[in-house]
Amino acid sequence: MLKFVKNYMETISGIEIYPIISLLIFFTFFVILFWWVFTAKKDYINKVSQLPLDNNNQNDILL
Amino acid sequence: MEMQQFHYDNKIVTKFIYATIVFGVVGMLVGLILAFMFLFPNMTDGISWLSFGRLRPLHTNAVIFAFVGNAMFAGIYYSLQRLLKARMASDLLSNINFWGWQLIIVAAAISLPLGYSTSKEYAELEWPIDIAIALIWVVFGVNMIWTILKRRQRHLYVAIWFYIATFVTVAVLHIFNSLELPVSALKSYSVYAGVQDALVQWWYGHNAVAFFLTTPFLGLMYYFVPKAANRPVYSYRLSIVHFWSLIFIYIWAGPHHLLYTALPEWAQNLGVAFSVMLLMPSWGGMINGLLTLRGAWDKVRTDPVLKFLVVAITGYGMATFEGPTLSLKNVNAIAHFTDWIIAHVHVGALAWNGFMAFGIIYYLVPRLFKTKLFSIGLANLHFWLGTLGIIMYALPMYVAGFTQASMWKQFNPDGTLVYGNFLETVSEIIPMYWMRAIGGTLYLTGMLILVYNIIATIKSGSAVTDELAEAPALERVSKHRLAGEGWHSWLERKPVQLTILATVAILIGGIVQIVPTILVKSNIPTIASVKPYTPLELEGRDLYIREGCVGCHSQMIRPFRSEVERYGEYSKAGEYVYDHPFLWGSKRTGPDLHRIGGKYSDNWHLNHMYDPRSTSSGSIMPNYKWLVTSELDKSQTEAKMKTMVSLGVPYSEEEIANAQQHMLDQGTQIENNLYNDPDFVASYEADKNNAAQNGRPFVEMKNREIVAMIAYLQRLGTDIKVKDLQE
Repeated sequence: MLKFVKNYMETISGIEIYPIISLLIFFTFFVILFWWVFTAKKDYINKVSQLPLDNNNQNDILL
Repeated sequence: MEMQQFHYDNKIVTKFIYATIVFGVVGMLVGLILAFMFLFPNMTDGISWLSFGRLRPLHTNAVIFAFVGNAMFAGIYYSLQRLLKARMASDLLSNINFWGWQLIIVAAAISLPLGYSTSKEYAELEWPIDIAIALIWVVFGVNMIWTILKRRQRHLYVAIWFYIATFVTVAVLHIFNSLELPVSALKSYSVYAGVQDALVQWWYGHNAVAFFLTTPFLGLMYYFVPKAANRPVYSYRLSIVHFWSLIFIYIWAGPHHLLYTALPEWAQNLGVAFSVMLLMPSWGGMINGLLTLRGAWDKVRTDPVLKFLVVAITGYGMATFEGPTLSLKNVNAIAHFTDWIIAHVHVGALAWNGFMAFGIIYYLVPRLFKTKLFSIGLANLHFWLGTLGIIMYALPMYVAGFTQASMWKQFNPDGTLVYGNFLETVSEIIPMYWMRAIGGTLYLTGMLILVYNIIATIKSGSAVTDELAEAPALERVSKHRLAGEGWHSWLERKPVQLTILATVAILIGGIVQIVPTILVKSNIPTIASVKPYTPLELEGRDLYIREGCVGCHSQMIRPFRSEVERYGEYSKAGEYVYDHPFLWGSKRTGPDLHRIGGKYSDNWHLNHMYDPRSTSSGSIMPNYKWLVTSELDKSQTEAKMKTMVSLGVPYSEEEIANAQQHMLDQGTQIENNLYNDPDFVASYEADKNNAAQNGRPFVEMKNREIVAMIAYLQRLGTDIKVKDLQE
């Protein structure tokens, strides 16, 4: 992969570091994401997932 | 705790639903007319504003921005208020959003058929309308975020994150892709050229699908599916992963629209890798939607709303499996430029967006008018007609795509093409075009049944314009995380932070892709022999843009043996450096035109434009008679050249000053070439005499539009010749 990048972008100094930075950003993003999700509290999750159903809309029994 | 009473604004929702239905019928009808033009190319003979090239962008824009756009606004305005337990912050902004959006649609419906087009797909509207879109979009965003700030519900449900991401990303995409330099009130040139323009366009095009057709509808799915099934979403944790990974990954995948083109290979590979990854969040979302119906599948049998929603989500699953598949280079080599892509987008548009919109309409209208749906039987009929219509549309187009791609690539043992004449590959798939037209008719019929059913429902009910609701006001809570509060639950009560993080997530992918190509000159190897277009060729190119030729003809020969054999030397990035905008195209209903220059005589082109079937028997190209008879408007030429100079095209002052003379010389040269054909001489001289006898004004051939078109077509791809490269 890097050889394609180098051919086209050798004018950028320090280009070699770009793929490594990209990988790190990518990896970190998903580590944090999954950390969030797995540490979320159960009762909180239940409460939030009820939000669409929880309102006093009189017309909801129709159809 | 004190309860506050307030009213939900149902009026704005109803307005958007009406607009959805009206423009749905219009957009689908135009699509159906286009489908029949494949079978009867001269259906609208001689009427320039009803020609295929001009109606195609009208169809795509009407369906995407008018039908799906209005459905999106209707669903968001309904669900947002209820999820936040608050009326929209400003009725004025809601109404500006509504009327502004409809005005933009009307402006598009007038300007596109008149030929005012930038030719960039799904962004064809000219610059004043682009500015209006940006303003109205901001009004929508401000109204939404203001409402969020005034909410009575602490936590932002996942649907709202999708709405926020939609707002932010569409704004970014629209602004960057629409950067253009005006020549006049209704003409502009893209600031990007060639490869850069292509990259920005498909970064936009791909993400317009992502953030205009997908994320808002996923938000609607997370609201309306639980509502209709009367149970919470299957996994809220999964929806968090779905949201963040989808918006993070989606934005990188744009270059898969440009595989095997002159785009730098690193960008192509990046696009492929991220497209394959995209399967995960997409299917995570689809599974989350479908499993929400756990224990409620019996309802799907009886409730038309759920039927529509289930098929919509299934369609989403099919389209998002197909997308990554199509982005693989070996699959793309077959599918690109064929009707397979048409099938793919219509599974998305007809099943995912269309059925989602229908489900929401059938759910909302009885509630907004305090009544029952007029006829469940008719809704079921609509469902089956629509489903059958989708199948009848998509399957023949898959077959057509495969058939044509295989025919394009087939070689005889002696190394020549089996189907050297492009037309043979078109004639072969005409039966498929028939079936597609029938499928489209079924789908539109279903839509008309919806219109009747909804009108009858509305008549039987009475509008609830302002729906009373009550909820306690929000207590003030510390800005900081509370003891024991998870990070994400903190974030969900901080809309501004959430918006910023979502923006960062989408910008990372955008920056990685766009910035290197724009900043680094060496990305595009320059070719010394590539020169700017002459004034007449430039005018011809603008006619090519006006007539929407790019809708059916590519200008991008991929480096395949079959394409080099058929069209000539494959296209190089450096050949497009003066192309503002790029005209690579995305579909080959007709052959590629990148090396058309010098292939046929000037007379051939004139006859072909006047009546394509006179030169190519069985052609499905429409006539372009008005090009042959109309006078070329040369009043803007110098202004156009000056604009090009500002964009970096090296026209000298002298060239601009002599533009009129140069056009006349080149036009005269072409007129002289045309005199080689005795048939032309006979009819042209007869016309001239006729005009003289009747005292009517006569436009000489050298000043007509066709001459500019011929000049442009004869120039295409002639800057480099294979022999030059070998020397």
